[in-house]
Amino acid sequence: MIKFLLKGLLRDRSRSLFPVLTVATGVMLTVFLQAWINGAVSGLIQSTAHYQTGHLRVMTRAYASSVDQNPNDLALLGVDTLLASLRKNYPDLFWTPRITFGGLLDIPDEKGETKEQAPVAGMGVNLFSAGSPEWKILNIRSAIVRGELPAKPGDLLIAEELAEKLHIQPGQKVTLIGSTMYGSMAYTNFTIAGTVRFGIESMDRSAIIADLSDMQQALDMQQGAGEILGFFRDDLYHEDTADSMVHGFNARCANAAGKFSPVMETLRNQSGLSDYLDLVKELTCLMLGIFIFVMSIVLWNAGLSGSLRRYGEFGLRLAVGEDKGHIYRAMIVESFSVGIAGSIAGTAIGAACAYYLQVHGFDIGSMMKNSTMMLTDVIRARVEPLTFIIGFLPGMLATVLGSAISGIGIYKRQTSQLFKELET
Amino acid sequence: MKYFFCSIIILPLALLWGQTPSGDEILKKADKNMFSDSKISVSRMVIHGERGSRTIESKSWQRGTSEAFTEFLAPARDKGTKMLKLQDMLWNYSPSTDRTILISGHMLRQSMMGSDLSYEDMMEDPHLPNLYAAKKSAEEIVNGRPCWVLDLAAKKEDISYNSRRVWVDKARYVILKENLYATSGKLLKTINVREVMEVQNRWVAKFILYKDVLKDGEGTEFFIDSILLDADIPDYLFSKAALKK
Repeated sequence: MIKFLLKGLLRDRSRSLFPVLTVATGVMLTVFLQAWINGAVSGLIQSTAHYQTGHLRVMTRAYASSVDQNPNDLALLGVDTLLASLRKNYPDLFWTPRITFGGLLDIPDEKGETKEQAPVAGMGVNLFSAGSPEWKILNIRSAIVRGELPAKPGDLLIAEELAEKLHIQPGQKVTLIGSTMYGSMAYTNFTIAGTVRFGIESMDRSAIIADLSDMQQALDMQQGAGEILGFFRDDLYHEDTADSMVHGFNARCANAAGKFSPVMETLRNQSGLSDYLDLVKELTCLMLGIFIFVMSIVLWNAGLSGSLRRYGEFGLRLAVGEDKGHIYRAMIVESFSVGIAGSIAGTAIGAACAYYLQVHGFDIGSMMKNSTMMLTDVIRARVEPLTFIIGFLPGMLATVLGSAISGIGIYKRQTSQLFKELET
Repeated sequence: MKYFFCSIIILPLALLWGQTPSGDEILKKADKNMFSDSKISVSRMVIHGERGSRTIESKSWQRGTSEAFTEFLAPARDKGTKMLKLQDMLWNYSPSTDRTILISGHMLRQSMMGSDLSYEDMMEDPHLPNLYAAKKSAEEIVNGRPCWVLDLAAKKEDISYNSRRVWVDKARYVILKENLYATSGKLLKTINVREVMEVQNRWVAKFILYKDVLKDGEGTEFFIDSILLDADIPDYLFSKAALKK
């Protein structure tokens, strides 16, 4: 019977092509929107983790209470011991220490006098240790615009935009003016190894990156680091695992006295990200819900009008003795076939478009000029298993539901009226 | 007859009142006592931070209100760091970078060597009568010494502390305590002179506790180990060239 119905659908284009196109369009839009929002949120989470919070972050309690100010006077000391312990107890993650700091970059003229100065937001990261994950996490190799990668102590990477503003070239000497962890003013000379562009507006305005050891020396933080970041090896944030690790670690350190005892926090619980992600999640659900609802109505109407258009046909089939239930079931199977075909086509096209944007992205850099969020300039879609399922909801249900409701009319028709209708 | 008796009572009171100096006069006398035209001093700053204490030693040369040169002697990390103040400019020389850097803008508000003092505090005219109008408000005992309490209101707008309350030793005309306030009236810093010494017929502070009340910690202790007033200081010291020597 299904073979017979499919033949009918294929031969009568008005019963197949238009409904399939309508369903495919709706499904494609749903799939694309889901992948786009998913990509934008994932991008935010990933860049926040890579450049700011890690998937997990270990700090002192005092540092954690005012983490937005990068209070290096409250930093972790004895980092090597803590790092070894974290690596031993949580081998599923990369653990890497970082120092984040603010300061002034001073560019000297030929006489050594200040020529230019600019505020910078810096990171001291492990560049020279064997197997350091920072190269990959910060995507340093791909971010290089001019010059070379840091190869020796004293080398510094600087944001390309900042380098252009300060008219500095790779190879040039600069002085970083910062504050030691004891509050003294710190002056350290660096050589610009290269310029970088991370594609994150807030970083590209004022970022510098130096080796962790250089910054420990510069800021008088021997064996110290502001924070130790943990990254899941698959680079995806696993909320449940992260939560259980945090509970375990903090419970073990709960007895450690003082505000300088270590505390672990998840990505979600930092920088107000939790509220933001909850808001995004709710808005995403709302947007997708509204969209799916609207699409369902459109597709339902398509199913409805398709069935109503065939009112006469059904009348004739009833008149020649076909069973009402048989017609109704045939209609449902037809709409089910249309729904499947449309959903498959729509999902394929939507996922293909989304994949294109996953690879190439969409540059919103011009809209992010004053942004302080860790959001990449290029927003990418993200295709995930849900992307392939979500379109089937409006695509199949709405079509079948539309036919099912319009098909109820079949049962209400009287044989006496049928002949009258056929006569007219 | 009754006018005669009244005048007997009122006249001595009026004379006594007339002998009590005004707030401005007290401040001028204290300023005259405490500041010489030039001085050379060796001092220690003990900074009590969140993670313990550290001591910074320095030698300073000062001439008038606009010229000052400081060389840090210890700890090893800060040894050789020099600061030069000329008029309203402040340069810092760090031997590790061999760079002389002008400290300006928001950097002036930073803590000096991690202490409770800022570079801005250093830059300000130390002669309080030039900056504030004083009003005597009370008399109190500080460190066992009778003091006048003066409320100082800024004469200018662009100074770090809009008002101050100072306690001036009645006999020695040395300031024993100071509270420094923001324009909003919020207390920003306290200065407590714990010990004074007599040098060349002047009373000067020997041990001072500075406390930035907005910062955690126990404040910064400042000890003057030796001081020479009205010293002869060569001109070359107050030049940028002296920083690299």
